[in-house]
Amino acid sequence: MKSKFSALMLGSALVLASATGAFAQDKNIKIGVLTDMSGLYADLGGAGSVIAAQMAIEDSGMLAKGWKIEMVSADHQNKPDVGTNIGRQWIDVEKVDVFVDVLNSGVGLAINNLVKEKNAVMINSGAASSVLTDAQCTPNTVHWVYDTYMLANSTGDALVKSGGDTWYFLTADYAFGQALEKDTTAVVTKAGGKVLGAVKHPLNTADFSSFLLQAQASKAKIVGLANAGGDTTNSIKQAAEFGIVKGGQKLAGLLLFITDVHSLGLNVAQGLNFTETFYWDLNDQTRAFSKKFSERSKNKAQPSMVQAGVYSGLLHYFKVLDANGGNPKDGAKVVSLMKDMKTDDALFGKGEIQPNGRKIHPAYLFEVKTPSESKGPWDYYKLIGTTPADKAFRPLSESACPLLKK
Amino acid sequence: MQALYAQLLVGLINGSFYALLSLGLAVIFGMLNIINFAHGALYMMGAFVAYFLLQYSGLNYWWALILAPAIVGLFGILLERTMLQWLTGLDHLYGLLLTFGIALIVQGLFQNYFGSSGLPYAIPDLLKGGVNLGFMYLPIYRAWVVVFSLVVCLATWYLIEKTQLGAYLRAATENPTLVRAFGINVPLMITLTYGLGVGLAALAGVLSAPINQVRPLMGADLIIVVFAVVVIGGMGSIMGSIITGFALGVIEGLTKYFYPEASNTVVFVLMVLVLLVKPQGLTGRAA
Repeated sequence: MKSKFSALMLGSALVLASATGAFAQDKNIKIGVLTDMSGLYADLGGAGSVIAAQMAIEDSGMLAKGWKIEMVSADHQNKPDVGTNIGRQWIDVEKVDVFVDVLNSGVGLAINNLVKEKNAVMINSGAASSVLTDAQCTPNTVHWVYDTYMLANSTGDALVKSGGDTWYFLTADYAFGQALEKDTTAVVTKAGGKVLGAVKHPLNTADFSSFLLQAQASKAKIVGLANAGGDTTNSIKQAAEFGIVKGGQKLAGLLLFITDVHSLGLNVAQGLNFTETFYWDLNDQTRAFSKKFSERSKNKAQPSMVQAGVYSGLLHYFKVLDANGGNPKDGAKVVSLMKDMKTDDALFGKGEIQPNGRKIHPAYLFEVKTPSESKGPWDYYKLIGTTPADKAFRPLSESACPLLKK
Repeated sequence: MQALYAQLLVGLINGSFYALLSLGLAVIFGMLNIINFAHGALYMMGAFVAYFLLQYSGLNYWWALILAPAIVGLFGILLERTMLQWLTGLDHLYGLLLTFGIALIVQGLFQNYFGSSGLPYAIPDLLKGGVNLGFMYLPIYRAWVVVFSLVVCLATWYLIEKTQLGAYLRAATENPTLVRAFGINVPLMITLTYGLGVGLAALAGVLSAPINQVRPLMGADLIIVVFAVVVIGGMGSIMGSIITGFALGVIEGLTKYFYPEASNTVVFVLMVLVLLVKPQGLTGRAA
């Protein structure tokens, strides 16, 4: 009788001990890489973002400390409805804690609502729309790499100051392009420049000659390309054909990735100015990361800033969870802890996450090298200007984020 | 007014691609009764073959203009022999589904190996630069595209409508059994016709390589418009597809000037109108 009783006591004690242990330290993390795996943005996110996430898991040293980290990935096909369906299933069934990459502003905004509703986390390094940390900010989202405000601010301002005071826009006719045109117009006008006109072209246009002729006829000094991906590369390539640059006008790619430059080739892309927050050849740390990355990537590609953002965003996330002993399930809590800790990462330099979820770090204005300046594949950029972290992004005083209202 | 001339000319350039592609589709539909959804993928393959020839064998644009259609045409012949020939006499739907599946597989494979952003292909030295026409700066390469595709289109039309060989072909479509009784190898003719249609698509691909990025999805983006062109022109009519190809390019060009937001819908609006008024297409034969 007595032995039976003590056995029971021992049993209950064990159950209780294990239960409290699990409560205090949930050391299981599940990452969801949601990106474009097959469409026009697959090169700048896609499989490379999965590699970047994998590298972050390995480099964080979390596994050695007893954390269990899983990862899933999926193709949202640049469709917000597809992205939302995957997102719901990931949270409800697969118990995903954190979404990374989530390029395409349409999908990014959809997942933004979802993580808020389900109290998960999104570290967005791919979407451009600055609305994510403006009117639609949430306590669950961190916007890591860049946004339309920053692009407009850096490229627009620099070009007006170097004499490009009249502008004409080629704008992709959807939310992203319009936001970029609006943000850039504001910057250009503020710096004393003038916008002579704009033409809105449908998304995914193959032939830009009509639009380029209109830009040419406007006689504007700068032709601003408020579009992305294939639309941008096609406009640049065809602008060369129609002698836009030879005629004295200058092209401004407002959103250009290294994968676009690679695809255009230096003969066509040389001399372009644009802004990024990451380039593989910036310093020893970026070179070390990029070397490891390119060894694992298909065609030995160097990382884009979106992929670099997946890596560095996850490292900060891990660091915060580790410092606080676990429990990734309360998304808003984790994000608020992420905001409390200053960021210091190898790829984007020192910075912080502002109360509206905007991660700030320096922005770099680059010029594409001429073929004779380039020493080989992927040696494409010359750094011509740096905007410090606190000047690069939208000031909090101008942000319409409801989280900022006390 | 000057701007208008420029837009008309630009429209004509785009029209040449529509014409070349819809011509190939019309030839294939006319002779094989197959709606070739793989046409866009084959156009893309033409551009890629041009890129490979330059990159790996050092053969320039002019070689590509001859070799790429031949190589992709052979691929088409292979498709026809191994798969499409079994669909003779079946409902159109089977051909449509099969070719659509082939298109997806081909595009997927290219995307897997070459990514989505595309590869650069330079304009050949001889056609670089441009001339100032007063109302616009016309790149020489674009002028070449218009002239060359016009010549190819007319030659194809002549071949099918005016020569002995063309007469055999048309007869074989009307009544294959009877033509075979005359000792003519009908299956061989059908295969070669498919090869010709595919070659035209590949030729359009080579022509567009220096203008657009060589991308796995370049065909998928274009082919929907081309199908609308074929529907407007009338399925199976050779001259109809050439004329509508050029005409719709011009109409689209004008839309890009007057109301750019609608430029990728205008073709489909026209298609709806034509289908309402004349369901067999502008120049099509009544079914």
